[in-house]
Amino acid sequence: MRHILLIASLMCLLTDVIHAQTTSFEVKDYPWDDGKKLILEWKIGAGLDSLRIQKADPEGNFITIYDTTESFGSIVDDDVQPEQEAEYLMIAYNQSTSDSVVVSRGMTPLVQWYNLQKTPLLITMLLLSGMILYYIFASKRGKEFFIRRINALDSMEEAIGRATEKGKPILFVPGIGDLDEIQTIASLTILSHLAYRAAQYDADIIVPVRFSMVLTAAREVVKEAYIRAGRADAYRSDRVFYLTDDQFGYVAGIDGIMVREQPAANFFLGSFYAESLILAETGFSTGAIQTSGTANAHQLPFFIVACDWTLIGEELFAASAYLSRDAQQLGSLKGHDFGKILCIALILVGAVLEYSGIHWLSNMFNLG
Amino acid sequence: MAEIMTIIGIWIGVFLTFSIFSFLYRDNPFYRFAEQVFVGLSAAYGFIYIIYNVLVPNLFTPVLSDFNQNWLLIIPGVLGVLMLVRIYPPAEWISRYPLAVVIGTSAGISLLFYLKSDFMNQIAATMINPFETPNVSAISGGLLIIIGTICGVYFFYFSKRQEGVFAIPSRIGIWFLMVSFGASFGYTVMARISLLIGRIEFLLTDWLHIIK
Repeated sequence: MRHILLIASLMCLLTDVIHAQTTSFEVKDYPWDDGKKLILEWKIGAGLDSLRIQKADPEGNFITIYDTTESFGSIVDDDVQPEQEAEYLMIAYNQSTSDSVVVSRGMTPLVQWYNLQKTPLLITMLLLSGMILYYIFASKRGKEFFIRRINALDSMEEAIGRATEKGKPILFVPGIGDLDEIQTIASLTILSHLAYRAAQYDADIIVPVRFSMVLTAAREVVKEAYIRAGRADAYRSDRVFYLTDDQFGYVAGIDGIMVREQPAANFFLGSFYAESLILAETGFSTGAIQTSGTANAHQLPFFIVACDWTLIGEELFAASAYLSRDAQQLGSLKGHDFGKILCIALILVGAVLEYSGIHWLSNMFNLG
Repeated sequence: MAEIMTIIGIWIGVFLTFSIFSFLYRDNPFYRFAEQVFVGLSAAYGFIYIIYNVLVPNLFTPVLSDFNQNWLLIIPGVLGVLMLVRIYPPAEWISRYPLAVVIGTSAGISLLFYLKSDFMNQIAATMINPFETPNVSAISGGLLIIIGTICGVYFFYFSKRQEGVFAIPSRIGIWFLMVSFGASFGYTVMARISLLIGRIEFLLTDWLHIIK
């Protein structure tokens, strides 16, 4: 009896050893990534038919993340934090005999200096930046570029003229974004042109702003425009002023200005959100000529219904080049146009390839 | 005491709500009062908020508690102080440097962000096979996505006069844009009505107790 038990025990031990020797589980760092992925590879030994991978949560409890009956394979865990160790348990088992092998592994995902998956982004950025630089230098060398008419901007002269005739001010609202918003920067470029024209016509311009950084930049822009127009003496710093950081407090303040000062022309150019209709409606009720523009697509409908002219999306960015005819801005706009043609061409080629069952191009652009 | 304060708070809220609504009739002293209280209070609140939620936790506390680890924070701190130099007109030009840093950094960060989200991802999402499923609505939906995106992008192409055959994709593009604006308008108006309902609910529940 003792011999039988001994043999049985040895058999069990031998089976476990065989299972353990042929079963493997490796956790590897995902190469050339931003440290947010690990590769889990497994191979189940003979006699085992199922596998379960568990991962430790922040409290140290192991939670199942993968179940399979495949004898070998790999998965990518993209739910890990860079430079923080992730711990895993691989449980390979036999569903009928309950034999099992447990392997524990841990790995710290590393942040590589170059994320290989983002190579298409780098190539696109270099290509577009290169073309923008090429057009800027070509423009500076004196090459003439054609820019088609942007209807909404033709209203600018009309609005300034009307304000001058009526002796009423022009209201310019540079949006509710801070200076880190590209739309605000584009808006200030247009303000520069508008202030220049206002200085030439001796029209009063009011610029209420929401953020201190925008206040500084707007004052700088308006002052520089007045100096450029040779009217430094007419510049009044108190006409470019801070109202409040609060979104609706800012809107209430501008509504008050529109009702009391009765500007002849209102310009709402920049980043706008829920306040767009409140501003545009109040301005409409005062009878002012209104020009608006934003790249926030969800606010454009309100401007379109309540304003005389609207710069739609990209037109806001093109406006400053169109107005100033500045070589640098024209060159930049031409570079952007190259990007648009590239975009159309890629979409067409990509759609044809997808139809033909070739997916490498769409996969390349799919950065997640 | 707490209950009295709550009641006073509700009555002030009711008064300010009606004062703001009075603008629907015309500009009047009540609206002006409410507007200026709102603007003044929010500006003051914003100032205090920035001190206690931005400057203290992000600059003063880290620098004072562990200078060796956080000395780099002195740089944005100094740039912030340089902005204040504008108070002294002869040195006003110095404030252009922090402005240049902010604008340059913002432009650089935005370039990568928008290139990925508005350019690459948009292209990837439009590279589709519209005939993947034999369903008529899926095919027309796929074709609309491709045609709408191409024509929409072409509408913003400024280097070519949009005349003759070149005007066709541009016109199709503006139609797509206008249809999407119409849908967006209707959707947002519905959301705005919920704001009005919220205000009326305040009046009827907290003030008049008509709704329990």
